[in-house]
Amino acid sequence: MTRAFLALLSRDLALAIRAGGGAGLGVVFFLAVVVVTPFAIGPDLALLARIGPAILWIGALLASLIGLDRLFAADAEDGALDVLSMVALPLELIAAAKGLAHWIATGLPLVVAAPVLSLLLNLQPASIGALTLTLLVGTPAITFLGLIGAAFASAFRRGGLLVAVLVMPLTIPVLIFGVAATGTALGGTVPFDTPFRILAGLSLAALVLGPIAAAAALRATRE
Amino acid sequence: MRLVAERLGCRRGARQLFERLDFALEAGRVLIVTGPNGTGKSSLLRLLAGLSRPSAGRVRLEGVAEPDDFAENAHYLGHLDAHKAALTAQENLAFWRAVLGRPALSVADALEEVGLGGLGGLPVAVLSAGQKRRLALARLLVSARPLWLLDEPTTALDVSAQARFGALARAHVAQGGMIVAATHAPLDFGPGETLDLDRFRPVRPVAA
Repeated sequence: MTRAFLALLSRDLALAIRAGGGAGLGVVFFLAVVVVTPFAIGPDLALLARIGPAILWIGALLASLIGLDRLFAADAEDGALDVLSMVALPLELIAAAKGLAHWIATGLPLVVAAPVLSLLLNLQPASIGALTLTLLVGTPAITFLGLIGAAFASAFRRGGLLVAVLVMPLTIPVLIFGVAATGTALGGTVPFDTPFRILAGLSLAALVLGPIAAAAALRATRE
Repeated sequence: MRLVAERLGCRRGARQLFERLDFALEAGRVLIVTGPNGTGKSSLLRLLAGLSRPSAGRVRLEGVAEPDDFAENAHYLGHLDAHKAALTAQENLAFWRAVLGRPALSVADALEEVGLGGLGGLPVAVLSAGQKRRLALARLLVSARPLWLLDEPTTALDVSAQARFGALARAHVAQGGMIVAATHAPLDFGPGETLDLDRFRPVRPVAA
């Protein structure tokens, strides 16, 4: 079972990294959002430093959703999902393996890029540290909640926007507590710990519930 | 080991494809499913593979741990080959060998058996339709599962590849395996029966 899980994980990673896999798309989108923001806001450094974490989180949230619509749809179209549903590995773990591979290919590069992009928004070192940590903990929640939308998208052609519409409302708590935890680094009465622990809790819940809900969606949408 | 279908019915949307279908397939036997287009050959195979539910009746595989949920004992080869175009033939096959479990032939041996020896390093995107089909057939060989569910298995295969696959299928049946194949081509997979789905077509196919 472990062998099958790892085989699926490494296949999806290999597919993401090869030409046309789209592993770098998220980072490029993230970069685009962050780079255009200072031009739109203007050269007010204090303002940028204050809203920077929110901009970075919004960019990371949207970038995490890129490619999710193809996650199960590609396997459904080439028949691989049929064969995958006949193996000993439960559909829940298949969804989890695919989610993990997607996060490593799309979410993790965002976390790595965030400290560099933070400099463009005039973030202080303490804010940069807090932001990177919250993204590291929060982006898996977005990806695993996104699995649910991805599972539904596999049943419809052109389900791209559907994923965003389905998943975005679910990710609002993650966004709120991610930005709140980053904001505590700038001072205030709330310690970093309080929103960060809620963020970690949301992430752990998504890691468990996302694959279960996605597997249920795959079963329900399959004829 | 025995595959038993009892009073099986299949419905797609408002259309009843077939009903009251009974058959039993013993180990070492082949069931060739025939019938005109649209009689439900593919639907029957998907149903046997556990990929869809029957509208009536039940199907079980006697002699395995879970007779009612036997998908792990069956290979399903549908119209789609389930390859990833960006990966090489070898990588595709090695992936299925790891995921399907119960490893049988090695990747290299299986490629050799279906006549793709030496082409394993090529991306599937550059293979021809017939070569992709051969690679899909190699999937049956890398994992030991007693029941093969084949939907038009020889599509796009040339005459020699068809003969080669016929020999592989007969070897599988001779070792006590079972095959249910939907096909229009005259194939010899070994001793067995023919099931004409046209006979199970309901009198009124569309529900009122």
